[in-house]
Amino acid sequence: MRMRRNRDWNEKENAVTQEAFYLNRRSFIKQAALTTGLVGAGVAASGMPVFANKERTLVPLNFSKTAYDPAEPLTAEEAITQYNNYYEFGTDKGDPFANAWRLQPKPWSVKVSGLVDKPGTYAFEDLVDMKTLEERIYRLRCVEAWSMVVPWIGVPLSAVLKKLGPQNDAKYIAFETLSDRKQMPGIRRPVLDWPYVEGLTMAEAMNELTFVAVGLYGKEIPNQNGAPLRLVVPWKYGFKSIKSIVSIKLTDREPPTSWNKSAPREYGFYSNVNPEVAHPRWSQARERRIGDFSRRKTLMFNGYGEQVAHLYKNLDLKANY
Amino acid sequence: MALSAAVVRSYGKPLVFTVLLIPALWLSYNWWLAFQFQPHGLGFNPQETSNRFSGDWAMRILLLSLAITPLSTLLKSPMPIMFRRMIGLFAFFYVCLHITSYIWLDIAFNWPELWTDITKRIFITVGMAAVLLLLPLAVTSTKGWIKRLGARRWRRLHKFVYIAGPLVIIHFFMMRKGFQYEPLIYGGILALLLMLRISAVRRLFAVRP
Repeated sequence: MRMRRNRDWNEKENAVTQEAFYLNRRSFIKQAALTTGLVGAGVAASGMPVFANKERTLVPLNFSKTAYDPAEPLTAEEAITQYNNYYEFGTDKGDPFANAWRLQPKPWSVKVSGLVDKPGTYAFEDLVDMKTLEERIYRLRCVEAWSMVVPWIGVPLSAVLKKLGPQNDAKYIAFETLSDRKQMPGIRRPVLDWPYVEGLTMAEAMNELTFVAVGLYGKEIPNQNGAPLRLVVPWKYGFKSIKSIVSIKLTDREPPTSWNKSAPREYGFYSNVNPEVAHPRWSQARERRIGDFSRRKTLMFNGYGEQVAHLYKNLDLKANY
Repeated sequence: MALSAAVVRSYGKPLVFTVLLIPALWLSYNWWLAFQFQPHGLGFNPQETSNRFSGDWAMRILLLSLAITPLSTLLKSPMPIMFRRMIGLFAFFYVCLHITSYIWLDIAFNWPELWTDITKRIFITVGMAAVLLLLPLAVTSTKGWIKRLGARRWRRLHKFVYIAGPLVIIHFFMMRKGFQYEPLIYGGILALLLMLRISAVRRLFAVRP
């Protein structure tokens, strides 16, 4: 038998182009060029971005203006929707904007359990009364020492809780974010112990400021900001305001929270904005408002002391950070 | 290899110099745009971007400088050594950019804040310690200083980089939130580069008679 040694310039059998394909190469190239040209022309004519099919059209919402307005300039919509911490979509600030199109916020349901009169699985529409939406302009202070001013649209959490019938022995409320590998590429990395969980005391949950946002800047809330419903707790660091909620549970003991589990020395259960208690790795005394060049002073409770300071009258805020 | 030392020196050095300058040029050009209130590539939090960008490049180029000696052993050629000082100085140059970005652009010369950062925040203490270790290496990089110190003492001094390198990685690791891969990858590369300096490991690559 004649042995044939493969030289390194010899192509492998499976790398050879199929004969039929080779014979038709001209028509293939012509077709490819034609298709590319047509798609290009179509995109140009419609003025649509190429990734339009990935983008959800955000429906404008009907809502009422309310008195919750700090009378500070709003942070630009592009900054609010393109500079995010939402680690389920990646750890870079731009990752959520790039990857969150995979999230399917419709239809959506939330599992309600624990110490409530009416537990069960609620459709989004049954939990949030879309006829009573209001706008609230809140400051948002991230634990990383940057901040924004955000025009949210939604309902007070207390209005949602009233529907569920909280029982008297419920002392805490626990929330959980969706955790789905298919919709959330960041879940593949063990950055945190997924799913993301957060919690509040019942007194905090029933406070007038505590809000469930379903909209932003007059429209439905974009995926990267926590569609279809997220918590907004403006006097606490941003990570307390859990996104894309799939579970609400009322309990009588303090629920675990994701960042506390990850680094208990750095993130406590309360995580109230507090310029006097430094994060172990950086000062919390000042913050950069996105869009500003220099930093400004951080306000106690993010400036919401009038509404919330009474909740912590008997609490040592240095020990309970 | 057919390339002569003279050719490598006269063409290779300007080439490597230009390549290593690109990130710094990009950063300064974008800051220039930002100061002109023009659209720029630094994102919505330019100070954060610039701190991280300059830090990333300082770390990468420092690792590159540590790769030169093992590369020279591996290739059995002294050619890479010609680039070592330049790459090392570039690493220090990006360290300077990193500090400038943090002290000037980020905390805007707020000295009390800088002092509490250095003394109270371990990750900044670690970073500053690395800078203090790298500073004498940059200063004594000239031929004159090698002569003044003598080759042996100079070489011993420059072993500081074996301490500074791990400190840089620790600084990076502590900066990240949650469990993230990047610091581990950079740490792994550093560990490999330092291991290649252990004589027992080096012997594995030595030519067998």
